[in-house]
Amino acid sequence: MMRLELVKRPQRSALFSALSPFIAFALTIIAGAVMFALLGVNPLTAFRIYFIEPISQVWQLHELAIKAAPLILIAVGLSVCYKANIWNIGAEGQFILGGIVGSIIPVLFPQFEGPLVLPLMLLLGMLGGAAYAAIPALLKTRFGTNEILTSLMLVYVAQLFLDWLVRGPWRDPQGHGFPQTIQFNDSAVLPELMPDAGRANWGFVFALVAAVLVWILMSRMLKGFEVRVLGSSPRAGRFAGFGLNRMVFFAFLLSGALAGLAGISEVSGAIGQLQPVISPGYGFTAIIVAFLGRLNPLGIVAAGLVLALTYLGGEAVQSALGISDKVARVFQGMLLFFVLGCDTLIHYRIRLIGLALTKPEGAAKLEAAPKLKEAR
Amino acid sequence: MSANQDGTNLLEVRGLTKIFGTLTACDHIDLDIAKGEIHALLGENGAGKSTLVKMLFGSLEPNAGEIFWNGQVVKISSPGVAKKLGIGMVFQHFSLFEALTAAENIALSLDDGSPISSIAAKARALSFSYGLPLDPESLVGDLSVGERQRIEIIRCLLQTPQLIILDEPTSVLTPQEADKLFETLERLRSEGKSILYISHRLEEVKRICDRATVLRHGKVVGHCNPREETASSLARMMVGNEVQAVVRAPVEGIATAQSLLEIRNLSRKPATPFSIPLKAISLNVRAGEVIGIAGVAGNGQGEFFESVSGEVLQQDVASVRIRGKDAGGLTITGRRLLGAAFVPEERLGHGAAPRMKLSENLLLSRHATDGKAFVGSGGMVKSGAIQAASQRIIEAMDVRKSAPDPEAAALSGGNLQKFIVGRELDRRPSVMVVNQPTWGVDAGAAAHIRQALIELSRSGSAVLVISQDLDELFEISDAIAVMHNGELSKPLPIAEATFEKVGLLMGGAEPGHAEHTLETA
Repeated sequence: MMRLELVKRPQRSALFSALSPFIAFALTIIAGAVMFALLGVNPLTAFRIYFIEPISQVWQLHELAIKAAPLILIAVGLSVCYKANIWNIGAEGQFILGGIVGSIIPVLFPQFEGPLVLPLMLLLGMLGGAAYAAIPALLKTRFGTNEILTSLMLVYVAQLFLDWLVRGPWRDPQGHGFPQTIQFNDSAVLPELMPDAGRANWGFVFALVAAVLVWILMSRMLKGFEVRVLGSSPRAGRFAGFGLNRMVFFAFLLSGALAGLAGISEVSGAIGQLQPVISPGYGFTAIIVAFLGRLNPLGIVAAGLVLALTYLGGEAVQSALGISDKVARVFQGMLLFFVLGCDTLIHYRIRLIGLALTKPEGAAKLEAAPKLKEAR
Repeated sequence: MSANQDGTNLLEVRGLTKIFGTLTACDHIDLDIAKGEIHALLGENGAGKSTLVKMLFGSLEPNAGEIFWNGQVVKISSPGVAKKLGIGMVFQHFSLFEALTAAENIALSLDDGSPISSIAAKARALSFSYGLPLDPESLVGDLSVGERQRIEIIRCLLQTPQLIILDEPTSVLTPQEADKLFETLERLRSEGKSILYISHRLEEVKRICDRATVLRHGKVVGHCNPREETASSLARMMVGNEVQAVVRAPVEGIATAQSLLEIRNLSRKPATPFSIPLKAISLNVRAGEVIGIAGVAGNGQGEFFESVSGEVLQQDVASVRIRGKDAGGLTITGRRLLGAAFVPEERLGHGAAPRMKLSENLLLSRHATDGKAFVGSGGMVKSGAIQAASQRIIEAMDVRKSAPDPEAAALSGGNLQKFIVGRELDRRPSVMVVNQPTWGVDAGAAAHIRQALIELSRSGSAVLVISQDLDELFEISDAIAVMHNGELSKPLPIAEATFEKVGLLMGGAEPGHAEHTLETA
C-alpha cells in the first residue's frame, strides 16, 4: 500500500517562487491545448484566436484595459487581505454595492450636474464597498464567524439586491419595462482616456495608481509591516503589539473600498447605467489575479492583464469557432489550480511512503511516534 | 571502564558521517559503548549530538560510516529496526497524549495488541522495581513533568532494550527528581544495560558517567573519563576555549532602591483545560537587581510572562505596575512605552517572525518605543535607520550570520537569541523581563547574554529572569523565587538560597513552610 505525504521543505527556492506564475501559465496552455483538441479544434488556431487576435489592434488594447481595470483594483485590495491571512472572498458583492451606492446621485438626483458629481460618486462607491466589507469583519471580530463563508454569502445578497433595485424602485420609468436604471447624465460618466483611439476610461488609471500606492504601503510603511507580521506569524504580531481585530477591519475596509471603486468605475465608465448584472465575475476572477500576481501589487497589474485577456479570448473563440465562452472560466480555473499547485510544491515536496513493505508488522506505526517528536 | 578492553563493546560506530547540504553535521564520528556503562555524549548546541543519536535510532540515514552491534555490522533503517535490535530512546520533548492515562499512552507505542490492563500491571511492576513509582491509571494531563518522563522511561524499558539513549533527561527535572533518575540509571547499569547519556550539564556527567565522548562542530574532539576531569576542563573541550565566567558584582543600597516592576496579587484563570491558573502572585523587582524565577516547566511561567508583558491584559490594573504606574490595563505597546522590555521563551514565531529579516524583526518590538527614529512622517519605515540599528546590535552581541541581513529563521538558535536579547538591551529598558534567556544557547553565547543582563541591572534597571536552568539562576540572580503550580514563593536572597532549598520549592513544598524554616535557620 502506498501513501502520499506532503513534507515541508526546509528552504523555499527563490527562483521557483518567481517562476511559479510562468510555469502555471505554461501548464494552463498545455491543458488548454488538450481541451481544444478534445473539442475538435486545432489548438494552434484556437490559441491564435484566443490569445493573439484579441490584442492585435489598438482599440482592442483599450478593451483589454477596460477588463483589466476592475480586476487589478479588486486584486490589489485582496492582496492586502490575503497577506494578512484574512480571507475576503466577497469582493464581487463589495463591487456590486460600490456600483449601487455610487449610483445614488445619477439615479436619484439626475438633475444634479457639474464637476463635483463624479468625485462624489467615486467616494460613495468606495464607502459602499467598504461598508459592505465591514459586515464580515464585524461578524468575525465579534462572533468569531468564518469570514470566507460570510463574505461569500453576502455576494448573493448583493446580487439579488441589485436585481430587485433595477426591476423595482430604481427602474427607468421610460425604459419600456427593461430592468435597468436611467442612463447617467454626462457629468456622471467616467471620461475616456483617449476617445479617438478606444474606449478605455480613467478606471485603468485608478487601478495603476492603487497598485503603486498599495505597493508602497506594503513594502515601505509600518502598516504594511503590520499586515505581513500578523499574516505570517500572528503570535509575533501580538508580541509586537499589533491588534488582530483592528487588522481584520483594516484589510476588509481597504479591499472593500477598492472593490467599491472598481464597481462604480465600471458602472459609470463601461456601462453608463445600472443593470441586473454589472460584473462577469470580476470579484472572483480577481482572487486568481491576486495569487497569479504573487500577492504583489505590481505583479497583480501584469496578472490582471493576462486574466482580462482570458475574457476577451473567450468572447473571440465563441464568435470565431462557436465554442462556448465558458471556456474563459475554464482557463481561469486551470490557471488558479496550477498557480496554487506550484505554490504548494514550492513549500512542500511530495513523498511516497510504502507501508509495511520491508518492516515487520507493527513497525511502521511505531515509527510514526518518534517522527512526531523530531518535528518539535 | 575496563569492560571495553575485552571486546565486549555493545555498540561501535566507525566513521559515521551525515551531511546536510553544505553542512557536515557529523564528520567521521567514532564511538564505542561498552556493556554496562553509562556513556556521556557531550557537546554544545549544534555540535552534532542530536544528529548522531538520530542516526543510531534510525530516524536519519548516515551518508557514510558503519555501525556495529555486538560486533555485527547493522543497518538501522528505521526506529522500528533500532527497537528490534534493543535500542531504546527517551526523548527530551515528550510525546504523550495529555487526555489519556499513562497506561494508554504506553499501549499506544507498544502496539502489540495486549490488553491495557496487562500493560498497566507490567508498567506498575516495572516502575516499582526501578524506584520510579507511577500510577498507570493516572491521566497524563495531571502529572508533573518528572512523572511524565517516568512514563517515557518505562515505555522504553518495557521493550527490554540493551542500550538506552537519554536526551537531556534532567533539563525538565527538579534536583531531587534528577537524583531519583540517577539512582535508576545506576541500577540499570548494574544489570548490564548500557546508557548513552546526552547532556551539557557537566556536574551530572562527572557524577554518573563512566566515559565521555566530546563533540565539537560535528567532530569527536576527545574521549575521557569525566571523573578525572574538572567541569572547566570538560567545558574547554566542548567549547574549544575557556568560557568566560560571569561576574556578578554585589549591589549596594538595594533595600532603599525604587521598585520598578511591581506585581500585586496577580491572578489569572486557566485559558485552556491544561494551562495553569496564576494564584495571587506578588513580587517586587527593584532598580539594580536581578530576580530569578525558578520552576519546572509548565508550572505557570508562560502564563505569568504573558500577563506581565501585556499580551494578556489584567482586570485589576494595579496588579502589574511598571515604574510606579498601573500597567495592568495597558497593552504590550503601552508597557513598552513605560520603559519595559520583554523577551519571550519561544524565539521563532513569538519573539521573532521567522520569515522576516533581522532588521524587520528589530522593528517588531521597537516600532512604538523608537517611533521617531525608525518610522518617518506618514508611517514610512526608515529602512536605513533600522539597518544601522540592527547592525549595531549584531556587533554588540556578536551575532554570527551568513548574510548581511538574513531571515530570522536562517540564524542558529543561539545567534537569534543574542539578537533578540540585544534588540531589547539596545533600548536600555528600565524593566527587563526575560523568559528562558539561554534555552538552547551554547555556553559562550549564554555567558554573553547573562553578563549583559547583569550589567543592565547594575546600570539601574530591574531585571526579571524566568528560567528552568538552576545553574543559570544561581549565577546571575540576586534573589530567586520559585514558581510551582501557579504560585510564586517569596524570593530567597542568593546568599541564603541553596540548590536544595530551591529544589524543594520546585517540587511543591509549601512556600509558607519553606519561609518559616528560613527564618528559624
